[in-house]
Amino acid sequence: MPIDVYISTVPFYAVIVSLIAVPFILFSSRIPNLREFWTLAASVIKFLLVFSLVPNALSNRVAEFTFFEISPNISLTLRADPFGVYFALIASGLWILTSLYSIGYVRGLNEHKQTRYFASFAVCLSSTIGVAFAANLLTFIVFYEMLTIATYPLVIHKETPEAISAGRKYLIYTLSAGVALIVAIAWTYNLTGTVEFQYGGLFGTVSLPDETVKILFLLFMAGVGVKAGIMPLHSWLPTAMAAPTPVSALLHAVAVVKSGVFGVVRVVGFVFGPEMMKNYGLNNILFVFAGFTIILASLLALREDNLKRRLAYSTIGHLSYIVLGVALLSPDGVTGGVMHLAAHATMKITLFFCAGAIYVSLHKENVSELDGIGKIMPWTMGAFTIGAIGLAGIPPINGFVSKFYIGAGAIESHDYFALVILLVSGLLNAAYLFPIIVRAYFKESNNQQFKSEANLFMVIPIVVTAILSLIFGLAPNLWFRIFDFGTTVAKNILGGIN
Amino acid sequence: MIWEHFPALIPISLLLGALISAPLGIWKRFVSYPIALTAVGISFTSAIVALIYVLNEGSYSYHLGGWFPPIGIEYVIDPLSSFVVLIVVGVGFFVMIYSHRSLQDELSMKEVQFHAVALLYLAGLSGMVVTGDLFNLYVFLEIASLSAYALVAVGEKRATFSAFRYLMLGTIGASFYLLGLGYLYLVTGSLNMADIAKIIPMLHENTLVAVALALMVVGIGLKMALFPLHLWLPDAYTYAPSVGSAYLAPIGTKVSAYVLIRILFTVFQPHYVEEVFPITTIIVWLSATGIIVGSIMAIAQKELKRMLAYSSVAQIGYIGLGIGLANPLGFIGAVLHILNHAMMKAALFLVSGNLRYRFGSTDISHFNQKMRIAMPWTSAVFAVASLSMIGIPPTAGFFSKWYLVLGSIDSGNWFFVVVIALSSLLNAVYFFRVLEKMYLVRQAEHVSLDADKSFHKEFKVKEAPISMLIPTLIFGAAVIVLGLLNALIVNNIIKIAIPNGL
Amino acid sequence: MIEQFLGHSAYFFIVILLLIGMYGMLFKKNLIKKLIGMNILQSSIILFYVVSAYKWNATVPVLDPRLGEPIPMQYINPLPHTLMLTAIVVSVATTGVALALIVVLYKRYHTLDEDELLERMK
Repeated sequence: MPIDVYISTVPFYAVIVSLIAVPFILFSSRIPNLREFWTLAASVIKFLLVFSLVPNALSNRVAEFTFFEISPNISLTLRADPFGVYFALIASGLWILTSLYSIGYVRGLNEHKQTRYFASFAVCLSSTIGVAFAANLLTFIVFYEMLTIATYPLVIHKETPEAISAGRKYLIYTLSAGVALIVAIAWTYNLTGTVEFQYGGLFGTVSLPDETVKILFLLFMAGVGVKAGIMPLHSWLPTAMAAPTPVSALLHAVAVVKSGVFGVVRVVGFVFGPEMMKNYGLNNILFVFAGFTIILASLLALREDNLKRRLAYSTIGHLSYIVLGVALLSPDGVTGGVMHLAAHATMKITLFFCAGAIYVSLHKENVSELDGIGKIMPWTMGAFTIGAIGLAGIPPINGFVSKFYIGAGAIESHDYFALVILLVSGLLNAAYLFPIIVRAYFKESNNQQFKSEANLFMVIPIVVTAILSLIFGLAPNLWFRIFDFGTTVAKNILGGIN
Repeated sequence: MIWEHFPALIPISLLLGALISAPLGIWKRFVSYPIALTAVGISFTSAIVALIYVLNEGSYSYHLGGWFPPIGIEYVIDPLSSFVVLIVVGVGFFVMIYSHRSLQDELSMKEVQFHAVALLYLAGLSGMVVTGDLFNLYVFLEIASLSAYALVAVGEKRATFSAFRYLMLGTIGASFYLLGLGYLYLVTGSLNMADIAKIIPMLHENTLVAVALALMVVGIGLKMALFPLHLWLPDAYTYAPSVGSAYLAPIGTKVSAYVLIRILFTVFQPHYVEEVFPITTIIVWLSATGIIVGSIMAIAQKELKRMLAYSSVAQIGYIGLGIGLANPLGFIGAVLHILNHAMMKAALFLVSGNLRYRFGSTDISHFNQKMRIAMPWTSAVFAVASLSMIGIPPTAGFFSKWYLVLGSIDSGNWFFVVVIALSSLLNAVYFFRVLEKMYLVRQAEHVSLDADKSFHKEFKVKEAPISMLIPTLIFGAAVIVLGLLNALIVNNIIKIAIPNGL
Repeated sequence: MIEQFLGHSAYFFIVILLLIGMYGMLFKKNLIKKLIGMNILQSSIILFYVVSAYKWNATVPVLDPRLGEPIPMQYINPLPHTLMLTAIVVSVATTGVALALIVVLYKRYHTLDEDELLERMK
């Protein structure tokens, strides 16, 4: 496949712009309006920068930027390949909406330490874009660990004992994962002498013993799988729901967990490569873990009464859809998995936004308290319904499209078991999300509260993400060309086989 | 020209500074500090010149008094020694800037003597690094050690006793070294490192050489606090005055680690220490144990400086591990960690000095948000240095671990990989425990004010004075900058310094 | 075997001295005794150097008619002895520092016993 690399500073600016915003945010801590202006300005600039890379990326013209050598023969390099641009586009696009929503949320609740909140958020976004554009494993882990650390202040934001212990759990999981990843990367470097992501895998023709490859693969998966919430490494995620809702929304539905999934796909497609995955049976290992996670997470979601925790388990399940799609290693499967990255992002962020809006205006967190809420907050619950339908995989929401492709991929590679998993989990999704809708619309509210929707800063992002989910369900290739990205990435990854 | 003498200038300007600043300082107190600072400044400049010279022109041998080696004493400025000596006097220079205000607070009326002793200490350390003569090294070692005892002894009450213990163990270490050197001299008839290195390959069968090596390694191991010879270290670091610990911890043990590298790889050479008498195997296993034990002990500590002291034991283990692996990547890791750990520990001990300056105590159980609110910069440096100790990229600490992991994998020993990985997590436990307190724990509402007066002189607590804050910030920034630029150092300095046959 | 012993008898005494010194430093409770142990240790090493450079029936490498005909084989290497001058100075300095510390400790706690010191320091 012809890959055209050109030198450009755009990826660099895309990463750095929110870091530059951090000092401005810190120094204008006394003027909230100015502070939020910096956040919004950075997010819009970032999005435009990433967006400007889209046409080139889709025609496989790859922008590259090298900082300097960071270890002998390894440089800190950013490379905007289609997959990276795609992920960066999702993250930076949703950051704009989350910023707006955050403003409404933290002001609506009169949160403390808003400056730290916005500053950490900006660092997180820089790290996420860094993860997306990382051209080699060492660059990847630099940003990946930065993301871990920058997320910590957000997880413990409330500073309650509960939040602090959630923070501890988060750190234990993610730092252990980081260590595993470092070892895996060092080992890879030792075996191959390179850590550069390459089409078809970086191992090339190096022949290795079976156990070595399997252990190495498991180490990699332990490293990126914690953030991707693959069971049994998932349990930090529901606990981390102690964080404020916008954090849960962006980080635990988009940036952090998606960085994990992104890492899984990077490792599968660009470190090991499809051939090696098949030859050593690694895709089966991944498949088993992903399938297991999808079913079990959906079952666990059923018994959660806390809305955010229920959504967290749903997130765990849906992340594994993406992993499953990629593990199929068939063109449609990978396309579907990659598309689900965007689909899940828009749908899940909608649901989290709704949960936050409900919390801000009614101070309710549990599913059992949501009776009759549809009448009090019609816009919010309308959006919630769209998201829920999409997650269950019902057309015309974008969740359906990506699921459809994963299913097609399963047929393509004759993994009929995957189809069963998809069907069962679709039902389970409906089982844990639809009761909320039923409660909201068809049960009478038992308390006489007439406080209506949350403020506009929150309602607008909710409606926008819901509409996006709908639009991308009807026309996946509109504006951001999610479908084109899906197929291009699939070709990039599978180029070796097909 | 005076610049021809720059290798000698590094220790000698420090020695002269000590000799001049003490009597003049007794005559007029205020002159001692400028003199001391000038002396370190000259030494620092010479070290920079030496490093630049070596990188451009290659190694340089300075014959003391014009006597050619091996008859006379030579000072060898090669990539490794110029690199380490720059770390020593560089840290010394910034701690010296820092020490002015801190000493006025903790040891008023003793500054003159303290500065003189500190200069002697730095002179001893830098002499140990540049000398190419094993007996000269012993002399510098004792100069450094005797001043180190004094630096510890002036601290708070228990310090005197800690210093006495340190003196006893330190003397045993030095005596072992001297004894080993005696054996070496018996069989080789030379004291010059390069000269002995030529003779050793002819004596591989000689038992006395093995005895000499073993004795010297034990002696240096004691000075370097290599597990299990670290027992003097925690007390000494804890009870020394803040500035004292800031001088001792970053560079004191590191120079001994450098001496160990010199003895193993320059004098005895890799073939001998790896195969004929495999002492590196012993070192690597002891270091690995030290990493784990030190980290676990650090978790159990309630006082910040003591915690840092135990963490030093673990960090020395990293350096020992890299040395003991005896492969190029391990060597890079060890030497890089000498630099990185010097920066991290200097930053951390200066932070603890700042906290002591404003709060009068560094008891972890007293930590709360007040510290961060009052001293945002100090806390930020602490956070950065902690992350580096844990090994979060792109801080410096990550990259020393990166090379050590690569070296361990290269040697095929997965146990060491596990040790490094595990210790990262243990480091995270004890540093995040402190960070959590510093950033998250709210101040207790009703602390009885008279119960703990020392801690409550905080009514007007603010950031540390500027002369203390700037060195702290410099070390904090160095942790990040050196992390990002590590390839520059590794490629241009450390790779050239990798000994032959490793 | 016996000859081996007789030929190196001095070294055996040095080793015994060294062990006595170490024992005193590590196991004696009284600080002054520790210090004495340290001095014994250092002396043993100084003796080691001195003995190692000693040669039966030899003389200094100095050209002087009064010393008879110069025979290089009969010269003693003076270097170890001169090195020991430095070592003696070091040992005196160390003793001085140690004594100073002991004086301070005694003034503050009125005891030189290690256990008691630890007790009183609490």
